[in-house]
Amino acid sequence: MARTRDYDDIPGTYVFDGRRSQQGYHLNIFCMSLNAEANRERFRADEEAYLDGFDLTSRQRRAVIERDWLGMLQLGGNIYYTFKLAALDGLSMQDVGGAMSGVSGAEFNQMMIDGGRPVDGNRRTGEAPVGQMPEPPSPETSGTAGHSS
Amino acid sequence: MTTIVGGIGTSHVPAVGAAIDNGKQHEPYWRPYFDKIQPAREWMAAAQPDVCIIVYNDHASAFSLRLIPTFALGVAAEYQPADEGYGPRQVPAVQGHPELAWHLAESLIGDEFDITIVNEMDVDHGLTVPLSVMYGQPHAWPCRVIPICVNVIQYPPPSGKRCLSLGRAIRRALDSYGGSDAEGLRVAVFGTGGMSHQLQGERAGLVNTAFDTAFMDKLIAEPDAGCLRPHTEYIREAGSEGIELVMWFVMRGVLDDRVHEVFRMNHVPTSNTSNGLLILQNARG
Repeated sequence: MARTRDYDDIPGTYVFDGRRSQQGYHLNIFCMSLNAEANRERFRADEEAYLDGFDLTSRQRRAVIERDWLGMLQLGGNIYYTFKLAALDGLSMQDVGGAMSGVSGAEFNQMMIDGGRPVDGNRRTGEAPVGQMPEPPSPETSGTAGHSS
Repeated sequence: MTTIVGGIGTSHVPAVGAAIDNGKQHEPYWRPYFDKIQPAREWMAAAQPDVCIIVYNDHASAFSLRLIPTFALGVAAEYQPADEGYGPRQVPAVQGHPELAWHLAESLIGDEFDITIVNEMDVDHGLTVPLSVMYGQPHAWPCRVIPICVNVIQYPPPSGKRCLSLGRAIRRALDSYGGSDAEGLRVAVFGTGGMSHQLQGERAGLVNTAFDTAFMDKLIAEPDAGCLRPHTEYIREAGSEGIELVMWFVMRGVLDDRVHEVFRMNHVPTSNTSNGLLILQNARG
């Protein structure tokens, strides 16, 4: 695979390519398991014990326990998978969107009602900023912690 | 030979399904959207398709990272609503059309589209929300459904060009269908997903209605040019999840080169999404 991609300069965006898919495979498979009500009950009853059944890195495990929604993406999580965990907590997509962009769910919802986040200023890292955007993350430098199991 | 009654492009936002399921359509947040789509529902009631081919993406429901078919075709007699992590939607089961679906499989593979064939799968909001958008809350869906799943979650999704070609191959299959009910069988095709939206990261909430309008214009008038838009342009301009729009090109490919725009709607927001609904028919004469 190419080392750099032409989408790497898009700010605040974690394109779920092969690099991230490799990094986050077990994290995402854990999230997928929450499709079954029996598994949701087991997870609610004892999160740590349930997570022992999946080969997460220590950083991924901590991100799950702490409900660090942005951290999960940075460690290879895919939003459609990690949202299953958010739904289990009773969170909405506005709550998670707010958590990932540093505002409350209510503020995020109001931003959407006001027309959403504008594309102007948010196309490329280094563009005149409309909102505060960090540097795009590199999958090679994140999520390298050893396995916890 | 079948009759193509039209092509429908629509977003498939889970919150729209939840609003319908929980009777929230008249709440201030939702009412403008549901008012806007009413003419589309009236068109659908008059069009009366016997079969809807629904092109959508599964969202970690039937498929997962364990197995990622780029294109998958459902040939089952029935599909149940999926539990996506918060219990299945309380909507009717979806009745398939195995005879036509198997004809599609044979025709597509003969036409060099090596599609994955699926006998058992549950269907998630990607398929059931478009049915709710067009039909509301019937006790049973008034059409049979053939699901076609497109991977747009694991990057890279197929190109818009490949999606347009798939649609044209589906059209050739529909035109050659000689099944027991082929004469006069009324078929609609849905391309779902989009429009501009980004669910993830610090850039979550991105909306670009200028892109959405330009996308629809080009889809209608110049599909062979519009389908060449690079993936990175979708991500940059329409958000990481806006790339779902490639699936609308499958719908477009089923239709004639010249089409008539019957209905168009764009509404911001539904949940975190710019919501679009488009109905096209083959131009006559």
